[in-house]
Amino acid sequence: MDASTRLSLYRTMVRIRAFEEAIRREYYVGKQPVFDIGAGPVPGEMHLSAGQEPVAAGLCAHLGPDDALTGPHRPHHIALAHGVDMKRMTAEIFGRESGLCHGKGGHMHLFAPEVHFGCSGIIAEGMPTACGQALAFKKRGTDQVAAAVVGEGAVNQGGFHESLNLAALWKLPVIFVVEDNDWGISVPRSASTSNFSATDRGRAYGIPGERVEDNSVEGVYEACGRAVQRARRGEGPSLVEVHTLRLWGHFEGDAQGYRQSELEDVPGRDPIPTYRRTLIEEGVLDEEEAQRIRAEAEEEVEAAIRFAKESPEPAPDEALEHVFA
Amino acid sequence: MTTAERTRERRLTTARAMVEGIAQEMRRNEEVFVMGEDVGAYGGIFGTTTGLLDEFGPERVMDTPISETGFIGAGIGAAIEGMRPIVELMFVDFFGVCMDQIYNHMAKIHYESGGNVRVPMVLMTSVGGGYSDGAQHSQCLWATFAHLPGMKIVVPSNPRDAKGLMISAIRDDNPVVYMTHKGIMGLAWMAKNARSVGPVPEEEYEVPIGKASVAREGTDATVVTLSLSVHHALDVAERLSGEGIELEVLDLRSLVPLDREAILESVGKTGRVLVVDEDYRSFGLSGEIAATIVEEDPAMLKAPLARVAVPDVPIPYARPLERAVLPTPERIEEAARGLVGA
Ligand SMILES: Cc1ncc(C[n+]2csc(CCOP(=O)(O)OP(=O)(O)O)c2C)c(N)n1
Repeated sequence: MDASTRLSLYRTMVRIRAFEEAIRREYYVGKQPVFDIGAGPVPGEMHLSAGQEPVAAGLCAHLGPDDALTGPHRPHHIALAHGVDMKRMTAEIFGRESGLCHGKGGHMHLFAPEVHFGCSGIIAEGMPTACGQALAFKKRGTDQVAAAVVGEGAVNQGGFHESLNLAALWKLPVIFVVEDNDWGISVPRSASTSNFSATDRGRAYGIPGERVEDNSVEGVYEACGRAVQRARRGEGPSLVEVHTLRLWGHFEGDAQGYRQSELEDVPGRDPIPTYRRTLIEEGVLDEEEAQRIRAEAEEEVEAAIRFAKESPEPAPDEALEHVFA
Repeated sequence: MTTAERTRERRLTTARAMVEGIAQEMRRNEEVFVMGEDVGAYGGIFGTTTGLLDEFGPERVMDTPISETGFIGAGIGAAIEGMRPIVELMFVDFFGVCMDQIYNHMAKIHYESGGNVRVPMVLMTSVGGGYSDGAQHSQCLWATFAHLPGMKIVVPSNPRDAKGLMISAIRDDNPVVYMTHKGIMGLAWMAKNARSVGPVPEEEYEVPIGKASVAREGTDATVVTLSLSVHHALDVAERLSGEGIELEVLDLRSLVPLDREAILESVGKTGRVLVVDEDYRSFGLSGEIAATIVEEDPAMLKAPLARVAVPDVPIPYARPLERAVLPTPERIEEAARGLVGA
């Protein structure tokens, strides 16, 4: 893989992490010392994606703004990697008028039609939509593709199975990506899934699949590259499953009492320092450049947060607008 | 210490009271079991099953995959065989993916079978907004379920009722949808509501499903409501009492059956009625209550009925938007003042 691609994957991951760390910092403002989910400038549930950056970076490197992407309840990493505007996305998370959805959507409901991005808090329910977008592309004869990202918990959902069948049946240009972080909130994969391999499930529907076991961004990049190319060539759907890592809790405020023993070895598995080391060892990156990348990311993120905070809140009457087109 | 004194002393959150009711029924009856998402080690996202796994083990407190059609359907099947499953789906907003099992199966099998088959299960879930969780995690939707025949719909507002209604729901031979607003649960991580902690008797007791309670007596107008809005209405009533306006607050406690008698009795007394409903306004609870009164005797009303409900829009995320559509104490107070002409 060429150096510029590798650097660009690294940059994407660092940018996402800087964003999530800043959102996490802002999220706890006003929620201390006693955690109150409704308090502070960023209320509501907050699902962050630290540890899962390789999925977003590796997949989205192959997608352009004309390609559709639907995310789940944990959407920030894939939204950013797909080119959703960071400032307006941050403003949305802060519930501001200048946000992507004028403050109506919030963290789990980000919509950016200019890059065909959407997401949903209902498990697996972004998959049928992605099939429909792929159907539109196919009917129009463009080479656009659609991708849907879901967690491993979603593979037990009816929407997953129905979407796989439709996609295979209609040979849709769609890529299903499963982020297997081992956990569906507190339920480990071993307690939720009889056949743990989503790729096997895909194969049962006639959909080729690959599982990337090591959460490496390059592994995801290669597998998604093959899947996207297949879709663009009109050869139909693929499934990519990534054994990734939920570095933090299911949502912010999750004490994770259910996974004590396993947390200890998590830091060593953080994909970003790992990739950084590799790139430095192989002479693609040096310390100085790494620091510059991080500093640039932080600068961009802080500007986005400033933009959000400086934007006004929507007027109460706005609540009644947009029910119908 | 007498029992009465102990009862007065012992205060539980609504969530703890529900768990106590479930645990007592599980001890009493081997056929009662719990299943749902994160009900085991996590203890339920809203604390509705905390501690049950430790006492009863994974055979009777079962974490499920995110397969709602599958596990809610399995609850129906077990109930058909005479077990008494309590099935939880954490947010009512998620029921769309499994609605068929609920309204075509759970709710209809008894009727379709000409009364031959019973489905004695409890389907419990959390409802309501107020903390900016957005349009897919903040709905109440109780009228949606109440509209579809064949299931009882229970919506407690306080710890004591929550325990008694839970025990009644488990013992009921019908499917009971048991809905709790997150704001009444007394959760450590939600804004504290003074009434979400209260006295709860230790022994097992039932609160009958289908009987409203008068949460506060008054003479000038009746506020008909349920769940978190009861708390808001009581706060408003206390405030207005200082100005000489006495509101009666009726806590419905269940939508199906609906205690129409209690509504008529109270409205007969006050002649004015305000319905406060955190569900969507049209085609719902407030319309049903208006119809109940008008069908009986429109002349009971000294003033047109008033309602405070969600104005038929999805629940928005941003705080000022959400506050504009939910039945806040401010909206309730304004409507109550308008109603009594103050
Ligand atoms: C239909 C539906 N059921 C349940 C939920 C509640 N819920 C939200 S996230 C989650 C776990 C999801 O796990 P997974 O799909 O593995 O994604 P992860 O959170 O690990 O990224 C659950 C059960 C939901 N949002 N939608």
